[in-house]
Amino acid sequence: MTSVEIREIILDILEGIAPDDDLSNLNDEQPFREQLELDSMDFLDIVMELRKRYRIQIPEEDYPQLASMQSTVEYLEPRMKDLQKV
Amino acid sequence: MYDTAIIGAGMSGLAAGIRLAYYDRRVCILERHTTIGGLNSFYRLAGRNYDVGLHAVTNFTPKGTKKGPLARLLRQLRIGWDEFSLTPQVGSRIAFPDATLNFGNGLDLLLAEVDAKFPTERDNFRRMLADIADYDAVQPGMMERSAREFVASHLRDPLLAEMIFCPLMYYGNAREHDMDFGQFCIMFRSIFCEGFARPWAGVRIILKKLVRRFRELGGELRLRAGVQRMDVARDSVTRLVLDDGEEIEAKQVLSSAGWRETMHLCGQTRNSQEAARESGQLSFVECISVLDRQPRELGHDRTIVFFNDSPTFHWRKPESIVDLRSGVICSPNNFQYETPLDEGILRVTNLANYDSWRSLQESEYRLAKLSWYDRVVESAVRFVPDYRSHVVATDMFTPTTVERFTGHENGAVYGAPRKRFDGTTPLKNLFICGTDQGFVGIIGAMVSGITIANQHLLQNH
Ligand SMILES: Cc1cc2nc3c(=O)[nH]c(=O)nc-3n(C[C@H](O)[C@H](O)[C@H](O)COP(=O)(O)OP(=O)(O)OC[C@H]3O[C@@H](n4cnc5c(N)ncnc54)[C@H](O)[C@@H]3O)c2cc1C
Repeated sequence: MTSVEIREIILDILEGIAPDDDLSNLNDEQPFREQLELDSMDFLDIVMELRKRYRIQIPEEDYPQLASMQSTVEYLEPRMKDLQKV
Repeated sequence: MYDTAIIGAGMSGLAAGIRLAYYDRRVCILERHTTIGGLNSFYRLAGRNYDVGLHAVTNFTPKGTKKGPLARLLRQLRIGWDEFSLTPQVGSRIAFPDATLNFGNGLDLLLAEVDAKFPTERDNFRRMLADIADYDAVQPGMMERSAREFVASHLRDPLLAEMIFCPLMYYGNAREHDMDFGQFCIMFRSIFCEGFARPWAGVRIILKKLVRRFRELGGELRLRAGVQRMDVARDSVTRLVLDDGEEIEAKQVLSSAGWRETMHLCGQTRNSQEAARESGQLSFVECISVLDRQPRELGHDRTIVFFNDSPTFHWRKPESIVDLRSGVICSPNNFQYETPLDEGILRVTNLANYDSWRSLQESEYRLAKLSWYDRVVESAVRFVPDYRSHVVATDMFTPTTVERFTGHENGAVYGAPRKRFDGTTPLKNLFICGTDQGFVGIIGAMVSGITIANQHLLQNH
């Protein structure tokens, strides 16, 4: 999977978590928390969704890597490069 | 073998079920009653739809709000804001003999009212608000400190303090007389900072949405499936046994039946320390009147009126069978709907004594309902226009009704006074959610189910 595809997946997950939010202006470098007001329960959901859809296990100590879109994609790229997008 | 069995299809059990089913757990909700909803259900009587509990959904925030319990639970359940069809209130009132305070959704009106009616409390009230706004920061031990002491440390005028406590206690306080500080902050925000709303068609909209979601995700819901007991080996629940003897196996159990009620199901009786926790004492009677016109046509446009007939508010299990000194008068008509409800309705809620109702024989019980309906309404019309000549149908429920349909001991609507915030029990695969975990009300119960599912049931896989 390419980083562009990974970004789409994350957007799709965020859309599911916050169906009423407008994600079109999301700034990739800025933390999600500042733009979307996600709380810790919602962060858990990003992790859970990745596990549900792609069986990717993310250890708790790596959660901080999921702070922004850019850092998330960078973190996931090596872990998802051999997977097919569904 | 289920991953999780959930006891109770009330708001908390359904919300927890959705979370678990969404993440592919095999989950089954077991409900003793013939229908869903628990303390906030609905029924049909003589051709009319009634709600059991619903006065108003608290914690209402407008579409697009990102903070607060409502926004959070919608995100967690993947439900869009519009799907609960919440319509905001018109406006509510706290009515005491020598003062009234009007309030709406959001703090503006309440602040203006405090300034106008208690001018010397202006700054004190704002300082108190600032403390309430950041109570999250306080240590866990602070949660149970006395809210009365907290309020008294800010407000000089005891009348204002009593007036503020009246709605907060009626809508969510399990403790007599005083209130836990944490619960006070939660209720203050949910009623005054956020606000009230209601779906035009009542609580059934919300419940049906939850059940549909749960089923779509593969969850199993079984009605008429009361859990009669749980078998325990060492420190875990091994199986659940239903009223008809059927046995169910699950790796984990989440119960919304109440703390003591759940401990009893595990065979923990009197002698055990855990089961011996104090039970809840506070219950209600509710008198519902269907009118031949909209309340507005009688000059009544308030959504909810919290009344008390003296300067001091008494929040205790009453000595008499019903406490007529204070109460809540709700009109489901007075929300900002596009089309009015078909009929006018007024609901009056008062504190009631469970033991007194329990001790009545069947025929005495019926008679008591009739005579107390009259007295309740007579006491309510001191605070709203007299609607008695417009009543076309009535219904009434008592503490024993609450107990019969929800299994909550003493008909205690808000459960036991001491809560179990982390949801754990002495058994390592048994957790509790809902009323006795600590969050009450419709929104609170759903948040409770979600929180406990996230903390204990989703992580360890
Ligand atoms: C009169 C009244 C008015 C209210 N008004 C409002 C209001 O206006 N706004 C608001 O927000 N909240 C209101 N509430 C409060 C709100 O209804 C409750 O706080 C909330 O519904 C509690 O949900 P719960 O899931 O914790 O518990 P419950 O709804 O009690 O759910 C527990 C479920 O477990 C089932 N059960 C128990 N034991 C067993 C067993 N052994 N086996 C199988 N099933 C079992 C019960 O049948 C029940 O369905 C009101 C409550 C009442 C009674």
